[in-house]
Amino acid sequence: MNSLKIIHKAGLLIFIIGFGLFISMFFIGKYEVSGEVLKKELGEEKFTNMSPQFQQMLGKTYSSQFTFVSDLKAVFSAINDSIVQVYSIDAKVASEIAGKASDNVYKKQLVESYFSEDEEVANWRKEQLLSYTGWMEDKSYESSEALTAQLEQSITQINAAIARTRGYDSYKVGDLTASITKASNTGHVAKNPWLWLLLAIIIPISGALIYMLPRLKTTHSGIKNNHIFHNALTSRGWLGIFLGTFLILFYVVLYWYPEYMTTWIVMVDPVSKLLSGFPASRWFLYGFLYTIAILVMGIRMLIKYRHSPYQMARTVSVMFFQLSFAFIIPEILVRLNQPYMDLKNMWPLDYSFFFDYKINEKLQAGTFGIFMLGWGIALFAIGVPLFTYLYGKRWYCSWVCGCGGLAETLGDPYRQLSDKSLSAWKFERFSVHGVLVFAVVMTIGVLYSYFSDSQTLAGVNTASLRSVYGFTIGSVFAGVIGTGFYPLMGNRVWCRFGCPLAAYIGIIQRFKSKFRITTNGGQCISCGNCSTYCEMGIDVRWYAQRGQNIVRASCVGCGVCSSVCPRGVLNLENRDSKGRLNQPVLIGNDSFGVRS
Amino acid sequence: MRKIVIIGNGIAGVTAARHIRKHSDDAITLISAETDHFFSRTALMYIYMGHMKYQHTKPYEDFFWEKNKINLLRDYVEEIDFAQKQLKLSKSESMHYDVLILAVGSKPNKFGWPGQELKAVQGLYSFQDLETMEEYTPGTRHAVIVGGGLIGIEMAEMFHSRHIEVTMLVRESSFWSNVLPPEESAMVNRQIKKNGIKLQLESEIEEIIDDGNGRAGAVKLKGGAIIDCQFVGLTVGVSPNTGFLKNTDLELGRGIKVNEYFETNQPEVYAIGDCAEFLEAPAADRKNIEQVWYTGRMHGETVAQTICGNKTAYQPGIWFNSAKFIDIEYQTYGQVANKPDENTEEHFYWEHKSGEKSIRLVFHKENKTLKGVNLMGVRYRHEVCDKMIRDKWPMKKVFTHLKAANFDPEFFKKHEAELIQMYNERYPEEAIKPRKLLGIFSR
Repeated sequence: MNSLKIIHKAGLLIFIIGFGLFISMFFIGKYEVSGEVLKKELGEEKFTNMSPQFQQMLGKTYSSQFTFVSDLKAVFSAINDSIVQVYSIDAKVASEIAGKASDNVYKKQLVESYFSEDEEVANWRKEQLLSYTGWMEDKSYESSEALTAQLEQSITQINAAIARTRGYDSYKVGDLTASITKASNTGHVAKNPWLWLLLAIIIPISGALIYMLPRLKTTHSGIKNNHIFHNALTSRGWLGIFLGTFLILFYVVLYWYPEYMTTWIVMVDPVSKLLSGFPASRWFLYGFLYTIAILVMGIRMLIKYRHSPYQMARTVSVMFFQLSFAFIIPEILVRLNQPYMDLKNMWPLDYSFFFDYKINEKLQAGTFGIFMLGWGIALFAIGVPLFTYLYGKRWYCSWVCGCGGLAETLGDPYRQLSDKSLSAWKFERFSVHGVLVFAVVMTIGVLYSYFSDSQTLAGVNTASLRSVYGFTIGSVFAGVIGTGFYPLMGNRVWCRFGCPLAAYIGIIQRFKSKFRITTNGGQCISCGNCSTYCEMGIDVRWYAQRGQNIVRASCVGCGVCSSVCPRGVLNLENRDSKGRLNQPVLIGNDSFGVRS
Repeated sequence: MRKIVIIGNGIAGVTAARHIRKHSDDAITLISAETDHFFSRTALMYIYMGHMKYQHTKPYEDFFWEKNKINLLRDYVEEIDFAQKQLKLSKSESMHYDVLILAVGSKPNKFGWPGQELKAVQGLYSFQDLETMEEYTPGTRHAVIVGGGLIGIEMAEMFHSRHIEVTMLVRESSFWSNVLPPEESAMVNRQIKKNGIKLQLESEIEEIIDDGNGRAGAVKLKGGAIIDCQFVGLTVGVSPNTGFLKNTDLELGRGIKVNEYFETNQPEVYAIGDCAEFLEAPAADRKNIEQVWYTGRMHGETVAQTICGNKTAYQPGIWFNSAKFIDIEYQTYGQVANKPDENTEEHFYWEHKSGEKSIRLVFHKENKTLKGVNLMGVRYRHEVCDKMIRDKWPMKKVFTHLKAANFDPEFFKKHEAELIQMYNERYPEEAIKPRKLLGIFSR
């Protein structure tokens, strides 16, 4: 037994070393940008035009992505400056045009004659000025100065937009910076990706497994929650705060600063090429790490709950769906020239399902693409009501879903940190249903624009609605808060407060389902294990101690309340809908009809 | 509007307060010296083991009391003047009551052993017990637990969770054998040993030896053996906490004497929960003093009826109880005696090959109706067991519907078929034909 404990500790050490190597990769890249890379990323012609600006970077070796990216951004900024210089319209043009106007009445001929030369820059200037001043046609101004002022204003606007229209806007700069940085990453990792996969991925995985597996022998099967509230990792102690900070930073870099994490991405290039035939994107890296997290922590879950076939079955289920549906199958679809799709994900969690480019991509992919479109609609329109009626929300949230899968595996050690207070429940109902409404409105807007070619619906620009949703809900809420806050607010922050699909399934579960958690007569001792370990923050005990079925929209049916109950009080059941919303009743006291 | 004062904020007192509030607008004051708010006593072990924090053991959020106009007072009642209906309190001014409910609980038994007042010698009942246990834990390398009952095994598990060596001294020849039948008791014995806890049966202590600093240093057993230890857990039952009521007009026996309405001999004074002693046992199969969570709750529910004008005699239903012995859950319904009586009872006892699960069905031999059920490592449905026993289901009907009694989670292996087979072998002429399971759609 002692040797197993040594192995257990050695596993932790190996994991820490491996994880340390993974973190260290962030700092060890080497960056050299070459002409070939720039030609490929910018296009041959543009590169030729811009090569002088890149001159100072070419051939230079950077040891940090921070200086590389900063130089690269400086180059783009310089390129934009030079473009601005070429295209900008001098302010004096305003007074020159105004001076030719008769009676201070504006006519477009004034502009046309001013830019009479047939040359690219002049044509562009003319076009812009005409378009910005169209509304002024035949307008009479009090004085020449007034007309000049009006024209100057238009010229200022045109000049301010040059970088965006002729040069590189911030999105383009972001994308190009990320792709050029990745392509220029020529460090040890880029040259030896397999070695680094071994060092920074296989070693920590092995360490984690070596740490976990001895528990099969060193602990007996059964609920083992000892010291969860004594441990700094699982009780919001310094380790929990440290891990939360790390996760938050990871998500911030992933979503908004991918150019700084290219070393990790180049490491998984060969894996991506093996699956889809293409090099890795940051999303491939994310999916790869996500899948590993679910598989490894899934094994932990299987060991921890090995006395409970229910827990084991649903853990195997989320591991399977993540590995196949979420990770491997979409990559293979890409290899087969089909659109990338996670066939178990669905709208409105998959909020981009109805975006124009996604619909077009599927329509263009032929029969299989049409099937995907139909499948995705059938899942939420037929699958959700049907399966939720039969089995409750759990069929998706704790058996299939990827977010749920991560929460139930990587997040399991933090389930006790969810807030059980009544005020949290009140907030939750506003917040999660608010997001559902937002998702529906956003999708209606996007679809309206798709079918009508109008960019606004009821005065709201649908594209900006879409990008606001993507930023606030898709990235900040689901990613940064949803996962980053595991060690701080529990493992279901996103599912509980933000997931629009969970809100939708929850409404069906609450009102039309056979599922409930039954309480066992009068056996509850109010100990509080059920409430403490409810990841959704349901005060399960409140119901159990008064003998009332638990029928709650938020319950994901993880079954942990039933597992941790020391007295066999709670059970997840699909039964007749009749009597589901029962009057509380406790068995055992015959003195009077006890209604607790 | 009367002023109802309840002493003790355990499950009995709190349930009484809640139920009185449901039916009346009387002023309710709940006095406790233990904690500001009601917490679940049964969860003390989980706080020590780090499964929960104190705040998680509170069944109601702190706003609940004010919202329901239940006035909480953290104080200790020193004396009660039953004639003047006055309470003398440690900290606050004296308090008048119109109706008084004594829900003062119990205290761990100490049987006069020399050294029983030393430091690090204690039971586990109150929140303060948990605090002192925590306080003495750092200096404890070896803990001795005296007594083989529910609290004994809890305390053993608690120390075990801190990797402290534990020895349980049990007077009987097997764990809790005054309640559990031999097979179940043996199963718990195995469970204790499997977890590395030393179980010394047929052992009694004679004295607790001072370590020289006023703290327990060893125990001396009858027979002379000495076991070094730094902590002695006394878990040999509890007795009603009536010390502060002695020499008053209140009639006391072992506990506070009450009739079936929980009325004491003093006007408008009731006693419920662990501290109450019925003049007559509430039912043939019940004891005069009931000291489990559920009975405390039921006392509170019932006394509230009487106090709110619906005079109600306490009438407990079919007995039930539950516990957890480290990893093995235990449930019982109806009457299962510790010594099977072959003349009046017929037992069906099934045990899983792992030796960690069992089901025992006890029938009256005379009319073959169900008398009681014992479950180890298997969960049964209270509602179904209660009905089967209450309605005196005959043996064949019980076995025919036994599957409906199972309350184990989905995907758990069900073992009722093995019991039915046992029945079929014993009563081939009455055999039950196996029915096909409809699986998950069966309900």
